[in-house]
Amino acid sequence: MDLTALHDIVHKSRDARRLQSIQKNTPAERDTLIKKYHPDHREQAYRPIKFGPNAGDQTVRELASILEGESPIPADLPLIPDYSVDVLVVGGGGAGCAAALHAHAEGANVLLATKLRLVDSNSVMAQGGMQIAVAPDDSPVQHFLDTLKGGHMKNDHALLKVMVEEGPTIAKWLIELGVLFDRDADGNLHVKKGGGSSKERLLTCSDYTGLEIMRVLKDEVLNQKIPLLEFAAALELLSDEHGNCTGAVLQDLDNKRLVIVAAKTVILATGGIGRLHIQGFPTSNHYGATGDGLAMAYRMGSPLVQIDTFQYHPSGGIYPEQLLGALVTEGIRSEGGHLVNGKGERFVNELDTRDVVSSSIIRECEEGRGVQVASGRVGVWLDTPLLDAEHGEGTLDKHFPAMVKQYERFNVDIRKDPVLIYPTLHYQNGGVKIDENSESPVKNLFVAGEASGGLHGRNRLMGNSLLDLMVFGKRAGLTAAARAKSDPQGSLSLAHLKDFRAEAKKHGVTDQITSPMVLPAYTRNP
Amino acid sequence: MTTEAFDKKGTVEQEDGLQPQMVTVEIEGKPHRVPAGITLIKALWYSGQEVIRGVGCLGGFCGACATYYRTKDDPKVKTCLACSFAVEDGMSFSFMPAFPARKATYDLAKLTDPKQDLFTLYPEAPLCRNCNACTEACPQSIDVREGVWKAVFGDFKAVSEMFMDCVMCGMCAPVCIADIAPNLVALYASRAQGVHFTDKPEGLDKRIQAIEQGRYQADWARVLNMNDEELQQASAKIL
Repeated sequence: MDLTALHDIVHKSRDARRLQSIQKNTPAERDTLIKKYHPDHREQAYRPIKFGPNAGDQTVRELASILEGESPIPADLPLIPDYSVDVLVVGGGGAGCAAALHAHAEGANVLLATKLRLVDSNSVMAQGGMQIAVAPDDSPVQHFLDTLKGGHMKNDHALLKVMVEEGPTIAKWLIELGVLFDRDADGNLHVKKGGGSSKERLLTCSDYTGLEIMRVLKDEVLNQKIPLLEFAAALELLSDEHGNCTGAVLQDLDNKRLVIVAAKTVILATGGIGRLHIQGFPTSNHYGATGDGLAMAYRMGSPLVQIDTFQYHPSGGIYPEQLLGALVTEGIRSEGGHLVNGKGERFVNELDTRDVVSSSIIRECEEGRGVQVASGRVGVWLDTPLLDAEHGEGTLDKHFPAMVKQYERFNVDIRKDPVLIYPTLHYQNGGVKIDENSESPVKNLFVAGEASGGLHGRNRLMGNSLLDLMVFGKRAGLTAAARAKSDPQGSLSLAHLKDFRAEAKKHGVTDQITSPMVLPAYTRNP
Repeated sequence: MTTEAFDKKGTVEQEDGLQPQMVTVEIEGKPHRVPAGITLIKALWYSGQEVIRGVGCLGGFCGACATYYRTKDDPKVKTCLACSFAVEDGMSFSFMPAFPARKATYDLAKLTDPKQDLFTLYPEAPLCRNCNACTEACPQSIDVREGVWKAVFGDFKAVSEMFMDCVMCGMCAPVCIADIAPNLVALYASRAQGVHFTDKPEGLDKRIQAIEQGRYQADWARVLNMNDEELQQASAKIL
């Protein structure tokens, strides 16, 4: 296939497209489009969960198997603690770092355990920015309404109000730690417009927002000398006679030894499930995104919310093959980049919400207006050269250095030619139910970030994840630290596991997979 | 996909699209036949190795997969991020082990003269002998050597801009004959730039005050008292 010839269709149609304006879908149009094309509505991909707190609820088959899965921990494991701490943080991404730093600042004795290295996460890849209502014509209330609209009105109002109101203090905290957000000439924070938002509200560090934040947070965790266990995966939580959380069993992945942690409070900041490749989708997620925290919290009796809805980011790479599933930043569309089908036509307002844009791309491809590459995959164009044409040469170099580099490695020059994209599995909209302090219904078990649910409704708005991590990581850290001051360490047992196994047996579920998965099994065994 | 995506061992189906054409590469000194065009990390999985260390975000941002490679008949050993680099026939590569570079610890807010404090925290920084090996080792094409000198001369702003691309893979450190860890020096300089030498955004403080003073309470009361239908109408008006 000659890609150059296909590029020409995009080049030739550019000027005409620049004159065109495409209306966003009305709520009714959105619903119809999503019901017909969004992967959340493919019934055969779903099944009811057989037992446990969400028994009978529909979710994707892959997640159902993980939730019903068999713990690798034997019920009679001796529970002699290797560590005794106030706060155990599981996960080394944005929420984990924010939680650890805030708990530590309150004087708590913190242990941060992560199955990869500190900061190997999705947070570090966040390119688009962080939504915080700082612009004069914007307000937290406006941010609330935008998010609610993006989430199909299904967001938890209390959680959402907390997030949008605490955004500005989070920005201040990060700035005080040395995070270099983009600025306007007058020194104020530069804000960009994100998909689904009515105001310019995205704080950015060029297209390295997550990387810049995470470099700084990791450095600060190390400066504060917060005890750290890398390559240590949590496999099971511990409970006392009241069913409260009292610690966790970790596994050192280097020597496979189990590590028992007695903790007055546990904060799960374990992220999402992209690496389960639900519905066979490629993913933009990091190596460890296997939903471990969901399985562990579920076994402890903590219900999950909105686990029937996932976010498929509109722009995952499909060519070159090495970039399959990798994220192409939404920033390109924020700055006016067009989505173009194989016939050289725009087909959606590029700044509509992610679920609408993804559904529209799937529609174009399913109805034969996509572009097929050698691997057999079909996608649509993202017109990157348009940005230089529109805003002047050098725009891509200046504002999207990461993306220029991402493609340059494979000899694709995004300044000259458009790129091919298709939706990629990006985010788990729901997760473990939490309250405003990020605590799950299981006492002393906190869940922060993507592993938690309710805040984003049925579709997370661009730029709200980084803010979610910081706000609820902070709240989890502060509340856990306070709890550790007032409450004694509970006893260590695996009683909840015995109950869970009995439930499984009662429901005739016997041949489960081992869960948590910890790492995806990509190793080929011929 | 209509069936469970993995078997009982928890095996996820590999992302497909592997090319049928095969090439020979040497991984950690051992030859393997792998499909042409896949990333170095996928080659590792394909060759049957369990991978725990050396893989992180898989998107070119976390620096976990820092790798040395050499192409056929070329004596030059280069660096790359294995998640974002494709194999070619005759290539030889090894992952960089964790390198024990020293990170200084500091409380940025308490520093009074961060440009001078650099020499206490990282006394090796001014000992750069200009060999340029760090710049050549950088998989992100940062002019690392220049950045170290900018830091030494106190141009922290330039350092912060030059190192915005830095994924902290640390490949600049093992090659330094003066034992400088340039990425750590740059991170210190960038953070100091943010904490000490960047204007505080006034608008942000005003917004925080407005929230604290309850400026939005009337709006909140109105919005939070709406029923579902009213909320839907209110947010539908947003363009």
